[in-house]
Amino acid sequence: MSVLVFTENWDGKFKKVSFELVSYASKIAEMLNTQTVALSIGNVQDDELNSLGKYGADKIVSVNNEKLNILDNQAYTSVIAQVAEKEDAKVVVIAQNNMGKALAPRLSVKLKAGLGAGVSKLPSSVEPFTIFKKVYSGKAYSNVVIKSDVKILTLAQNSFEFEENPKSPAIETFEPTIGEIKTNVEEVEKQSGQLLLTDAEIVVSGGRGMKSPDNWGPIEELAGVLGAATACSRPVSDEGWRPHGEHTGQTGKIIAPNLYIALGISGAIQHLAGISGSKCIVAINTDKDAPIFEAADYGIVGDASKVLPELIQAVKDVK
Amino acid sequence: MKILVCISNVPDTTTKAKFVNDNTAFDTTGVQWIINPWDELALTRAIELKSDAANSIENITVITVGAKDAEPTIRKALAIGADDAVRIDAEPKDAYFVAAQIAEYVKNNPFDLIFSGIESADHNGSAVGGMVSEFLDIPSVSAVSGVNIENGQVKITRDIDGGNEQVTAELPVLTIVQKGIAKEPMIAAMRGIMMARKKPLNVVAPVEVEALTEVVNYEMPQPKPPCKMVDPENVKELVDLLQNEAKVL
Repeated sequence: MSVLVFTENWDGKFKKVSFELVSYASKIAEMLNTQTVALSIGNVQDDELNSLGKYGADKIVSVNNEKLNILDNQAYTSVIAQVAEKEDAKVVVIAQNNMGKALAPRLSVKLKAGLGAGVSKLPSSVEPFTIFKKVYSGKAYSNVVIKSDVKILTLAQNSFEFEENPKSPAIETFEPTIGEIKTNVEEVEKQSGQLLLTDAEIVVSGGRGMKSPDNWGPIEELAGVLGAATACSRPVSDEGWRPHGEHTGQTGKIIAPNLYIALGISGAIQHLAGISGSKCIVAINTDKDAPIFEAADYGIVGDASKVLPELIQAVKDVK
Repeated sequence: MKILVCISNVPDTTTKAKFVNDNTAFDTTGVQWIINPWDELALTRAIELKSDAANSIENITVITVGAKDAEPTIRKALAIGADDAVRIDAEPKDAYFVAAQIAEYVKNNPFDLIFSGIESADHNGSAVGGMVSEFLDIPSVSAVSGVNIENGQVKITRDIDGGNEQVTAELPVLTIVQKGIAKEPMIAAMRGIMMARKKPLNVVAPVEVEALTEVVNYEMPQPKPPCKMVDPENVKELVDLLQNEAKVL
């Protein structure tokens, strides 16, 4: 029996989310009195694989097969299922991100395992297996019982404080059976060096209250000083002031940074749905009755363009 | 080519979530029901593709799993431009149950291109599309922000960290779509609404499937402390609070 974690790496280095997942899974393994097995797919060196041990992995299964160089959902699902069966996994933990959303539902069917999507806490009980997740885009939460023998959980981003739990994991390589690959990646377009909005710990975001795309200079400057990513509200991306990739909200990106700074954003319910997972929200807006102040932890009533230069200076002073 | 669009009937996104029966059921009083926003964008893209004769799309079908009260929503999809509709007559118990019903229908009524939205606005599971593809053992592509057809081949834009990929797939393929797939949802014109009444809406009996999950109850978020206001003349104080109180800097 085991708890299996599907980890993700980027050019051979584990993404931060992989450590969160291992830490989360090892806590569930404790509740079930079993071990934590981490699955790594790709060309990852042993010392990097070992780093998963720091957060509680007892064993690491490493799969390195060139057929898996592109993300084919069917092939990846089949590999995770083979490892889950081999390790007699009772729980499989996956990130609730693009890759996790692509794979977890398929795996759920393949293993006939109930899916708890977007969990943010440990199960409140393992018998019955009861998870807690947000519903209605963060307007409420639900307690859900997973009734199947095997369970799949996807962990919401930045929702779990991972901690060290050092183990000396055994590393095992595994050769899966991979069938015919039915998708093909013809072309890849990637901007390098840019901080990913969904990974950023701090996000600086502008809304229509910024009045014009010409006023984004200070937002970018503040983001630069803070090491933050930039985002925007829907009207701003609809107007073409900012690229669509920056749109944060119910139908755009859903983010959960440690700090979200909203400048000139009124805070429509659809916008809040995209940022409600943030640990700390700062709002700067001219309208003291704007709904963003109900969601915010700290607020300034004022014109964002006027407050920004002072804010940049104040941050520079403490950095 | 035949297209299927999976439709979820959800509360309007501005609805305040309230619960009844000891917080075990969603309070539907006064709720406006809509086509799930991502499904609506998927349908819009399907109609755009069909409007180009070169793509030779014969038919767009929309499918939902729901009781009779889901019919106005699926009629709306017909009014927007789908050719026919299927309602599988069952209360959607969980994502696995819903996906199994849709997959069963598709096994008997094949499609070349299946669309589903990345997430439903109610249970936020991001699950049904992927599950349908696995039940059918067909390829799926998720995080899709573009679908085009060139010489009968489906070209898919998939968003990845910091960029995107152009993906092709063997048909049938299921695409799980998100922002970017269409600019604005198409709106039903009066003519569409009149025509929708005459379009076929087939009600299909469900198959026996056991749900794998069950909602026990709902909780409202903990009320958060009121926003701490800082004087605009004293921005330094804000930075001090972020650093020493919230500890996020």
